[in-house]
Amino acid sequence: MDLLSNLALGFATAASPANLLFCLIGVILGTLIGVLPGIGATATIAMLLPITFQLEPVSSLIMLAGIYYGAQYGGSTTAILINMPGESSSAVTAIDGYQMARRGKAGTALAVAALGSFFAGSVATLLVALFAPPLTTVALKFGAAEYFSLMVLGLVCAVALAHGSFLKALAMVVLGLLLGLAGTDIYTGAPRFTLGLPELADGFNFVALAVGVFGIAEILRNLEGSQGSREVLGQRLGGLFPSRADLRAMVAPMLRGTMLGSILGVLPGGGAILASFGSYTIEKRLSATPEEFGRGAIAGVAGPESANNAGAQTSFIPLLTLGIPANPVMALMVGAMIIQGIVPGPNVATEQPDLFWGIIASMWIGNLMLIVLNLPLIGIWVKLLKVPYHILFPIIIAFSSIGVYSVKGNAFDLFAVAAFGLLGYVFLKLRCEPAPLLLGFVLGPLLEENLRRAMILGRGDPSVFLTRPISAALLALTLGVIAVMLMPRIRRKREEVFVAED
Amino acid sequence: MAQVSRIGSFASVAALLATTALAQSYPERQITMVVPFAAGGPTDTVGRLIGEKMSEELGQQIIVENVGGAGGTLGAAQVAEAEPDGYTILLHHIGMATSETLYRELPYETLEAFATIGLVTEVPMTVVARADFEPADMAAFVAYVKENADTITMANAGIGAASHLCGMLLMQALDAPIVTVPYRGTGPAMTELVGGQIDIMCDQTTNTTEQIQGGTIKAYAVTTPERLDLFPDLPTASEAGLQGLDVTVWHGIYAPAGTPQEAIDRLSSALQAALADPAIAEQLAELGTAPSPAEDATPAALETRLNEEIERWRPIIEAAGVYAD
Repeated sequence: MDLLSNLALGFATAASPANLLFCLIGVILGTLIGVLPGIGATATIAMLLPITFQLEPVSSLIMLAGIYYGAQYGGSTTAILINMPGESSSAVTAIDGYQMARRGKAGTALAVAALGSFFAGSVATLLVALFAPPLTTVALKFGAAEYFSLMVLGLVCAVALAHGSFLKALAMVVLGLLLGLAGTDIYTGAPRFTLGLPELADGFNFVALAVGVFGIAEILRNLEGSQGSREVLGQRLGGLFPSRADLRAMVAPMLRGTMLGSILGVLPGGGAILASFGSYTIEKRLSATPEEFGRGAIAGVAGPESANNAGAQTSFIPLLTLGIPANPVMALMVGAMIIQGIVPGPNVATEQPDLFWGIIASMWIGNLMLIVLNLPLIGIWVKLLKVPYHILFPIIIAFSSIGVYSVKGNAFDLFAVAAFGLLGYVFLKLRCEPAPLLLGFVLGPLLEENLRRAMILGRGDPSVFLTRPISAALLALTLGVIAVMLMPRIRRKREEVFVAED
Repeated sequence: MAQVSRIGSFASVAALLATTALAQSYPERQITMVVPFAAGGPTDTVGRLIGEKMSEELGQQIIVENVGGAGGTLGAAQVAEAEPDGYTILLHHIGMATSETLYRELPYETLEAFATIGLVTEVPMTVVARADFEPADMAAFVAYVKENADTITMANAGIGAASHLCGMLLMQALDAPIVTVPYRGTGPAMTELVGGQIDIMCDQTTNTTEQIQGGTIKAYAVTTPERLDLFPDLPTASEAGLQGLDVTVWHGIYAPAGTPQEAIDRLSSALQAALADPAIAEQLAELGTAPSPAEDATPAALETRLNEEIERWRPIIEAAGVYAD
């Protein structure tokens, strides 16, 4: 068995005392920076890059990978506790996770997120070990037309994220799309909506937008009243760990989320972004109590968290099999490898088997460390909520400012946080939800980019979207989703009609 | 705010007074090297490799700060406005020369705002295609592309990227209007080339070497005047009868104009010493490039190069009519 001997080699590499230590350092660092609002894995890895030069290549990559998925764990902590998602994927966790926290179930939400992440991480790591090459082949079949259709599907799902008005959700998606348009058009170089500011040449900073419309807006809302709503958070902290019923409620969403995340994570062109959003949509659709979503549904945390973490693991596949980074964090790892004298490419698995399998084995070890580390920490994180506002809020704002600034070293982004914070507060007052806005912002540019690329490649013939099988299948699925979304409305309308006739 | 600027101007007066003492004492503290691209990219890698070695020579740490955005012009603008005290330097590539034409509203005058320190390295480029692209060699490639120009697609990593510049030269040399498809960076462009979604690309060896050796893409030619040790079988473009396809991604180090001459000389000699280090040569060889010889790692050589390249690319970019702003 090739796989067994490979895995044995991997575990032998990853389980050496030094590598275990670096894996532990990585996941601890990752958890810490994930927990600090606004500070993401990219900035941290960039800062730590010089340190890794002194390490063995395997050790440094194990540590960097640990930071990456450690930050995925930690990121959900801030999303749940203070409604501050640091990455697009944890924006979904914030929806129901934060509501659970407001109802005094912060501990349960954190435990559900950690367990879901661990399960998904373990399964996805196994998938990476077993199916990396065939999954790469699937990813390579995705051209511009396929990505476009995938983004259409994603945007349709975005509307399902909202639990309030359908119209408002649609409006927020469109507003997100518009915000995403700012920046230099990659096809013509034309600056769009940049107001002549060079800082906007690459568009708005995602972290600034997320921190503003979620976190800062929530702080403003908390400041407006007395400490009334605050007491709800502080008092009912009982039941840190999920009950048996909670656990039962999370199993199916966890399994579905893991599956979806594993598949979408392989696609380098923004597939991972869709995983947690898609999972949320599916869970809401399948739930017997969809009205619970947005008010603290366990499935709304378990599904997306699993999807998110599964995607984080499988997004290593293009890097490991082709040497092509799927996101900025992976790009940093490529940089670290090059400086170590390993230029990543399609031959890494055969030329450096200990590196390749060592990283895969360390992913599972790292996930195990994270769950051991995180479950006991939940009690501490939850206690953070008891810190008085006048201490907690300045700290949150200070750290998010550091985090936002560290993304590009650009003071403009800090003003953007302030502006988006006010905007987010207005949205709260208008009962418009920020999650669809964020998804529109992330998917809009991808949608446009791939639409135009598909049209250029197809010589202006729109039939490419239907003649390419994967694209056609995705569009058919989109139609299906729309039909399912409309059905209850139709049914409800008919029921109303019947009531009226009575 | 007013107080800050008063402190700033006081500092610059103090810096002037200290100039005489500088020769002996520079550098006294850590130096910031601005790399105007994302961490982990090829330019960042060059910057970190050379920065670390120069730190040893200077006895002070060089810290790499990545200020990405707007094709490298944001980071360059930051250095142009920095205190000219020798503690802020810029590592930039060929884009330093091309942005002069690509950007019609550049926030600085390239030739006035910077002092040159020296050339670092030149990365060759390769003409590559998807693995199942029909032509067998460069001669067949030239004929095939000319014949089928209207059905062939060429990727690049975005306007102003090295792959975009090389693509413009390739089209000019072939006299064939190939459909150009920009991507957001090299990663996505390379993925689609490996996946066979797009036909050809011209990119740095930094990005193409491993894929060529792994057989996931096909290489036709190199863009240097001579063949490379790395790919002895690949012809140069001129061997295949393509004139003018001579391009490398050259990297240089700059300081803000007005930086004391002592600091520039010190940095330049540290750069030369770093480039002479065999370990650096070995690491650069992994990237398919070599350190610039000592006579090129000088302020004068980089200044000449910058001037030549600005003039060289101006007509090419103007003829293509593509601007980045």
